[in-house]
Amino acid sequence: MSIFLNKDSKVIVQGITGGEGTKHTALMLKAGTQVVGGVNARKAGTKVVHGNVELPVYGTVAEAVAETGADVSIVFVPPAFTKDAVVEAIEAGVPLVVVITEGVPVQDSAEFWALAQSKVDASGKQVTRIIGPNCPGIITPGEALVGITPNNITVKGPIGLVSKSGTLTYQMMYELRDLGFSTAIGIGGDPVIGTTHIDALAAFEADPETKAIVMIGEIGGDAEERAAEYIKAHVTKPVVGYVAGFTAPEGKTMGHAGAIVSGSAGTAQAKKEALEAAGVKVGKTPSETATLLREVYAAL
Amino acid sequence: MDLFEYQARDMFEAHGVPVLAGIVAHTPEEAKAAAEKIGGVTVVKAQVKVGGRGKAGGVKVAKTADEAFEHATAILGMDIKGHTVNTVMIAQGADIAEEFYFSVLLDRSNRNYLAMCSVEGGVEIEVLAVERPEALARVAVDPAVGIDAAKADEIVATAGFSAELAPKVAATIMKLWDVFEKEDATLVEVNPLVRTGAGDILALDGKVTIDENADFRHPHHAELEDAAAADPLEAKAKEAGLNYVKLDGEVGVIGNGAGLVMSTLDVVAYAGENHGGVKPANFLDIGGGASAEVMANGLDVILNDPQVKSVFVNVFGGITACDAVAKGIVGALAELGSAANKPLVVRLDGNNVEEGRRILNEANHPLVTLAATMDEGADKAAELANASK
Repeated sequence: MSIFLNKDSKVIVQGITGGEGTKHTALMLKAGTQVVGGVNARKAGTKVVHGNVELPVYGTVAEAVAETGADVSIVFVPPAFTKDAVVEAIEAGVPLVVVITEGVPVQDSAEFWALAQSKVDASGKQVTRIIGPNCPGIITPGEALVGITPNNITVKGPIGLVSKSGTLTYQMMYELRDLGFSTAIGIGGDPVIGTTHIDALAAFEADPETKAIVMIGEIGGDAEERAAEYIKAHVTKPVVGYVAGFTAPEGKTMGHAGAIVSGSAGTAQAKKEALEAAGVKVGKTPSETATLLREVYAAL
Repeated sequence: MDLFEYQARDMFEAHGVPVLAGIVAHTPEEAKAAAEKIGGVTVVKAQVKVGGRGKAGGVKVAKTADEAFEHATAILGMDIKGHTVNTVMIAQGADIAEEFYFSVLLDRSNRNYLAMCSVEGGVEIEVLAVERPEALARVAVDPAVGIDAAKADEIVATAGFSAELAPKVAATIMKLWDVFEKEDATLVEVNPLVRTGAGDILALDGKVTIDENADFRHPHHAELEDAAAADPLEAKAKEAGLNYVKLDGEVGVIGNGAGLVMSTLDVVAYAGENHGGVKPANFLDIGGGASAEVMANGLDVILNDPQVKSVFVNVFGGITACDAVAKGIVGALAELGSAANKPLVVRLDGNNVEEGRRILNEANHPLVTLAATMDEGADKAAELANASK
């Protein structure tokens, strides 16, 4: 098992003909992902070739979904066009949309998130899950990669990972590469994102293959504090945490658009304390966090 | 990016929000001329991006142009909470009958917008929110709809405006929404929003934060940047397209990915506790690429920081393999030549790490030390910085 993504997932690439889209389509195919096509309105009807694989390019997401049965879309289009691309995927009812693009205006993200929330199925469940923007995507090692995470860091295993940061995701997968991961998901460092820490925690809690969870946060907002409350109330599996940005000055954006301490809000210290109050062991460094995970895992 | 009050005022005016005359001055002479032009009573207001300037003596009423000159003389150059006043705004005096409060902002937690409004303005809104939360109307705004006439009516009704004032305030709120939406703001705040003796609604003081990610559709936003206040190293880094924040410390840091770099700063600070209290000197994220050129640009910025005594390069090779990063470092050092004059501790991990380490070992650069782990690298860099303090 895994969360959100598995070997049966069929993936289309929005922006398949661009530089990043081309590079990462090749890497996703190499990782075993079932990439079934792409979208570019100006190149509809053409094909892109990766080794032995020929992928059709469609004019619209709706057409790509109808022709291929895709249930995942990954968005590699530039920031100025990201909102339209995500809206198109939501309107087409794609169940999972992974938005890699960095630098999306936050009002655009707020708008496509509002649209995604408004589209629910008969049971009231939101049709489209969004991951990102400004994220490395999601990987279920040994099954599929939808994103830019290196596929060769680690293997399938019992750890679930959710992180605001891409390279800290890679670092943690590397630290725990002998144990392996059920799914690792980078949710992104923007102020408005689709899938949250809480969404991933809930899914890992429900996933029988995941035995322990690593949660990585950073300064800005209150997602970690709210995740701490959620863990206290709903998560029975062991969770260890890490928070980056203890030395970040107030009022400065640290790389990620959402990574900013405003006044006394959003500090790493407050997040660490909230997580610890919920019984989550929080590492001082990535390596200490990995050690803590090993301890809780060994005790299972 | 936070705007100055005068920039917010101009933005309000451009979107039809009622404001009073306001003219920027950088010298007492300019202040006097501005006061003469506006005529009557004016207010000399320090332009700083920090609250509490009134209490600090940064806002003074001037009855005459000569008084405006005097006040500007006193206020220009003043230090308000670490911000030097380089600019004042000469604002037309207002006949204030009542003060209110309005803001609309991005609500990260709820992933929508939040409008806040109160008939009790002019006070510290944070204080009001805590002490008398019932006096502050909080109304969620759907990003798909925004503040239309119905939403504006809801806001003023919730805040408890009189039937007479409600339509006027609602109309102003819709103009302020235009500012928020059309300028890609994450905060538009008016405190105070006032009713004048003549019954007009005016935005007397404004605060606006704009989203720099949206600069591509607002070319004019580039002019709003406060170049005078920018750290020279930050300006140099920005020019080179680098994501750099200057900090107060001795260990220069270069890494890839915002999260890993933030984490590196923390780990360096912890290591510094054992090495004379040295601290990280900067945040610098060179992104996924880590080519020789980007590495050289990054090193160039960091080595130009006189505070820096050592540099810690912490890279996790993901898509970009470690051998390419190692070549980048070697290339950068060659490019910089004698300008590279501080010890470098390099930690590489991830994709193709053996080849990366082999390249660095082979290059055998006298300034470069290899570290096996992030913790070890941070410790070594802190030790080297402390040794040359």
